[in-house]
Formats: sequence, structure tokens, C-alpha cells
Amino acid sequence: MKALGSRFAFLIGFLVGTCTLYVFLRQVWFERTFSTRSQPDGLEKTAAQLRELEEDSKNWKKERSALFNLNHPHHKGEDSHMADELYKKVRILCWVMTGPNNLQKKARHVKNTWSRHCNVVVFMSSVDDPDFPTVGLGTKEGRDQLYWKTIRAFHYALENHGDEADWFLKADDDTYVVVDNLRWVLANHTPEEPIYFGRRFKPYTKQGYMSGGAGYVLSKEALKRFVDGFKTKVCTHTTHVEDLAMGQCMEKVGVVAGDARDTVLRETFHPFVPEQHLTSKFPKSFWYWSYCYYPISEGPNCCSDLSVSFHYVDASLMYLLEYYAYHLRAFGYRYRYQPPAPLGYKNEAWDRSEGGHSYSKEQPAIQRGPLARVESPSRTDRKQEVMPPAAAGKDPPAAAQDDKQ
Amino acid sequence: MLSEGSSFMKGMALGGIFCLLLSLLGSFTPGMQSSPEDQHHHHHIKAPTNDELQSLSEPQMVELSQKVRVYCVIMVQPKVLVYWATAKDTWGKHCDQAVFYSSESAKALEAVDLNEQDEWAKLHKALKHAYDNSGDLRWFFVARPTTFAIIENLKYLVLAKDPNEPFYIGHTVKSGELEYVEYESGIVLSYEALRRLVNVFKDVEKCPERGRSLWKLSEEKQLAICLKYTGVFAENGEDTQGKGLFNSKSVGSLIEDGMSKNSLDVVEGCCSDLAITFSGMSPNQMQVMMFGVYRLRPYGHNFHDSLIFLPPEGSDND
Repeated sequence: MKALGSRFAFLIGFLVGTCTLYVFLRQVWFERTFSTRSQPDGLEKTAAQLRELEEDSKNWKKERSALFNLNHPHHKGEDSHMADELYKKVRILCWVMTGPNNLQKKARHVKNTWSRHCNVVVFMSSVDDPDFPTVGLGTKEGRDQLYWKTIRAFHYALENHGDEADWFLKADDDTYVVVDNLRWVLANHTPEEPIYFGRRFKPYTKQGYMSGGAGYVLSKEALKRFVDGFKTKVCTHTTHVEDLAMGQCMEKVGVVAGDARDTVLRETFHPFVPEQHLTSKFPKSFWYWSYCYYPISEGPNCCSDLSVSFHYVDASLMYLLEYYAYHLRAFGYRYRYQPPAPLGYKNEAWDRSEGGHSYSKEQPAIQRGPLARVESPSRTDRKQEVMPPAAAGKDPPAAAQDDKQ
Repeated sequence: MLSEGSSFMKGMALGGIFCLLLSLLGSFTPGMQSSPEDQHHHHHIKAPTNDELQSLSEPQMVELSQKVRVYCVIMVQPKVLVYWATAKDTWGKHCDQAVFYSSESAKALEAVDLNEQDEWAKLHKALKHAYDNSGDLRWFFVARPTTFAIIENLKYLVLAKDPNEPFYIGHTVKSGELEYVEYESGIVLSYEALRRLVNVFKDVEKCPERGRSLWKLSEEKQLAICLKYTGVFAENGEDTQGKGLFNSKSVGSLIEDGMSKNSLDVVEGCCSDLAITFSGMSPNQMQVMMFGVYRLRPYGHNFHDSLIFLPPEGSDND
């Protein structure tokens, strides 16, 4: 009896031991897979903030409320020699119109995205903020202050940064700018020319004026004349409608309203978001139709491949546009539009119109065969073509323009 | 009593040791369905790096690029006509052949009428049709028109892979023992994988045309099971940094995820530069993506890609 009892106990013990250890091992395994994830949230956040500050100081030199670009963004594996050359020769100061209530909502995203491609960036506000940093223009906030802010901002830029840039761009904190494309537009001009560029509107002025929201850029000479204009009272604060007032002043001081369209006449500065320009059919009664200086194209021809700006861009669209412009691409895709290099710049050695590297470091004598070209579906053998867009149906309106001064 | 107690303790100790031994031997793993070894059996497919590409000789590159031609199987239905039209007008143009397979015929747009409502049966029929009509195309991409695909990047991913080997690629998901490719972010099949699949279709026990009525599996899982029978396993498509190339979310929501995580660089953390698919975007957003991928770029930044893909004829949005 005793032997049976103890054997039975042994068996039970054996089973209990097995099960206990099974459960124990399972728990341990379970825990192992989870321990890698959880980290106290609070600690993570401060660590992230510290990293951000460190990153910031590597990319920007904060000086006198301006951010000087130390290393504008580059990609692994890209050949950016042309962009780098333009960066050195076409120096742009970007000033962004913002306000104390919009620093975290809007201006911050500008700072994180496109402004990193400017040579210098200054955030203009009504109030000084040494941390962001922003310049305090000493105005109030509000739509009626827009031209005051603009006047003071441009004065500030010339006075404090006149020697550090050749061109001076004004943008809103909901404008997205592809700064490299702006350099392409400007590279065919010099900062000594009295000229300014943007999305040209035609009413109220003889030569038109540039849409404020789509951003506009003044040459150094244009900026000097603007500032002088106020000294000599040729220009004054005529209206708070900033872009129109700017256009009127520019006209008075002899600054030319430039044509920023690309070589196939597509617009580069845009007063709305890409979705609207590419897919919307603006109703004929919409003011846009009567304002645009050049013929409007709806659909894909609305916008140049080298578009410079879009307006009414919210925070997430800022990052999306940065992703579209600077990151996402189709491997090996040969763009339809092959823009010419600006005058005076070396003709692109990388141009692949006929295939084959035209510059080879080691063996210039050996002719490399045609690169693997994949014919796209049902494509006949054709040389490079640049397809000019069909001109918009209407002819531009006759020169007689309404001069509602 | 005491002897029983001690026997019990001895039994427990021995039981514990027994359990340990077995788990160490590995044949009896307590709850560890995916041990560290198994993790490495998860298949990942990475795009070739530039160095790998340079190592291929030029005649090899030329030969490969001729082989990388994609037959797109786009599963549509009349009630999503606008997506159908958008796929046709946008990314579908970049397929070497884009064929639309519909549950029922629609007057507005051309499609192969499968005359079928069951999801798995539709996929079954469409894949069989694709196999029979593939001509000399060796890669197959299956998607719904709510997905946007950048076919050039797909070609780059499979560039150095032999389509006579079985490949079943996309964004992989594990469900218990089964690893399958998510339908929403697009499914890539090599010719060999499709050939084996069409073969196993003949075995109605293993791979029925209609899901068993009691317990219906989703068509993506059913596909994985059928392929598994033929020895073809799902592989996750990623770039050289390990970022997924097949996305079942829209680019907008991926960006917003990055923003809410307060990441240092929202764009860096979001998505691959050579992403292949996004899903859940509106038709207008897809047109914007066409512009963003095939047109908008910053002047002066160039990539010396070792392949050239030319723009399709008769198109103006790319």
C-alpha cells in the first residue's frame, strides 16, 4: 500500500513539476518578446527633444534671429553637383511671414521642411522670439498689418542681410517652396537687374503684380529700389492688400514684373494646392480666371515639373510635398520634360538623352554601349522629345487692361 | 505520509527537469511558435544596391531589363468605376500590360468579365486568365484599383531575380502559422510561382475554386495556402534600409503617423524613397501622386540609375 501511495505521489509530483515549468517557461518567453518595446514615455520624449536640439545645431547657425544654412539636405547616392553650384551662385534669403500664434501650428513645419534649402531663412513676426527664432517687426497681428509687416521685413532683410544674399523671397507660413527650382528660374538673371518674380496677376496695375500667397522674390536691385522708394516717399503704405501694394510700388520704382514660367510656358508659382491645380475645374465665375496674367491651363499642364511654390499648404501637406519633391521617385524614369541648364552653367554632363555616361573617369577611350533602355509599352523608336503642352484655348486678353488705380 | 511527500517532491523535481530537457531539445517548445531561429526564416526581399548593380556586366543588364516586364492584374468592379478609371489613367499606363478583371461587365470601361461575385473565385479565375494570356511577360502584379503602384520601382525590386524561380512578394503578414501577402498593398508573383499556382488549381482538394462554405478564408490567405502547397512562400519587399516598399495605407496617413509620433524627421521616417505601393488614396490624390512621382522634382539633383524607363506614349500626366 505504501509503495503504491508513494509511487502515485511521485507521478503527481512529476506532472505538477512539468506543468509548472511549462507555464514558467512560457511566461519568460512571453516577457522577452515584450521587454524590447516598452520604454517609459516621458523619458523617450525628453531624449527626442535633446536629439532634435542637437540635430538643429548641426544644420543651422542661429545668428541675429536668422538661420544660416550649414548643410543643405543631400541624398545618398545622388549627384547634386548642379544643385550645389546653384546654391553657391544664386543665394536666396527666404523670409517667412508668420505670427506668435502660428509658430507651433505652421511656421515650425516650414522650418522642418523647405526652408532648409534656403541659404538664409528669417521668420518674421510681430514679436521677437529668440528661441524659434523670430524677428519682431513691431507691428500688431492681423490682415490689416500685412503690408506694414512686409515693408518692415524687407527693410530688415536689406539692412541686416543685404550682403549675404542675392535674391529675397517672401513666403507665408502656409506656402511650400521648392527652393532648388526657384534657383533654376533665377539663374538666368542677375541680382543687379531690377526684377521680381512670382505668380503674375493682371488687375489694378499696368504690368501686373505677384500673388502674395504664392510667394514672390525680389532681386537685390529691386529690394534696394523698394527701400529707397520709401525713403523718398515714392512708395507709401497705400493699402493693406500687401501683394497689390507691393506691385504698385514695384511699378513706380521701375522694377520689372518677370515671367517665371518654364521653357514650355507652364506656371511655376501656384496660388493653390497641387490637387486643386491638377484636378479641379475652377468655375468660370471664379476670380482666378480674370486675375491670371497668362492663359490658365487646367489639368496636368497647369504646373511645371519644376514648380516653385504652392499656397494654402497645411502641416501634413508640407511634409508630403517635401516627400514628393525630394524623396519619392520612380527608379530609372526618364522625365518627359528635360529642362535646359541655365545660361552660363555647364551643360549637364549627366543628360541622358541618348543614353551612356558622357563623362567617364578612368577610360575615356572606351565607348560604353547604349545603356539598358526599356521600351515602355507600345512605344516606337523615337528620339528625345520635349512635348510642349497644348496652349490653353483662349488667347491672352488684349493689352488694354483695366487700370483701377 | 512522509515518504509520499518526499516522493511527490522527487516527482516534481524530475518533472521540471524533464520539461526543461524537452524544451532545450527544441521538439517541444512551450508556446514558442516562432523561436529565434524561425525569425531568420522570414523571407525578406531587398532591392539590389547600386554596388550589386554595378557588378552586373552591361550585356547582363540589358538582358535583364528586357525580362523585367510586368503584367498587371487589376481587380475591379462597376461600383468603384471612378477608381477603375483612375487606375487606368494613372499607374496602369506604366504596366507593360494592364488587364482589368471585373466581377461583372460594365459598359463604360473595358474589362475581362469574370462573371463572379466570390472574391477568391474571382482571383482564381483572373490569375488563370493572366497565366494563359501572359505572352512573354514574366512578372505579375495583382492589385485593386484603390491601390497606387509605381511599376518602375517594382521592376527595380525584382531586377536581379529570375522569374523562373518562384517568388511571391509584397507586404507580409503572419496569421498563426500562415504567412501571407496582404492584398491591399499589392501582390507580386513570378512566372514560376504563377505556373505552380495554376497547376495546384487542378487539385480541388488542396485548392478549391470556391472557399469551403463553413469556414471561409479571405482570398489573400487562400492564395497563400495554395502557394504553400507548391512550396512557394511569402516574402516581404523592402529597400536597402529595411523600409517596407508595399504600403497598405495612404501616403497622407503615413505622414500623419510620423507627425503624431513627433519624429525628428517626419519625411525620413515615413516611407521609402523607392516605395512601390500605397493604398486608400482618393482618385484626386492619385493624380497628385502621379505629379509627385513622375514630374515634380528639384532641379539639379540627379541619380545615375543604371536603367532607363521611358515615359508611356500618349500620356500627359507623367
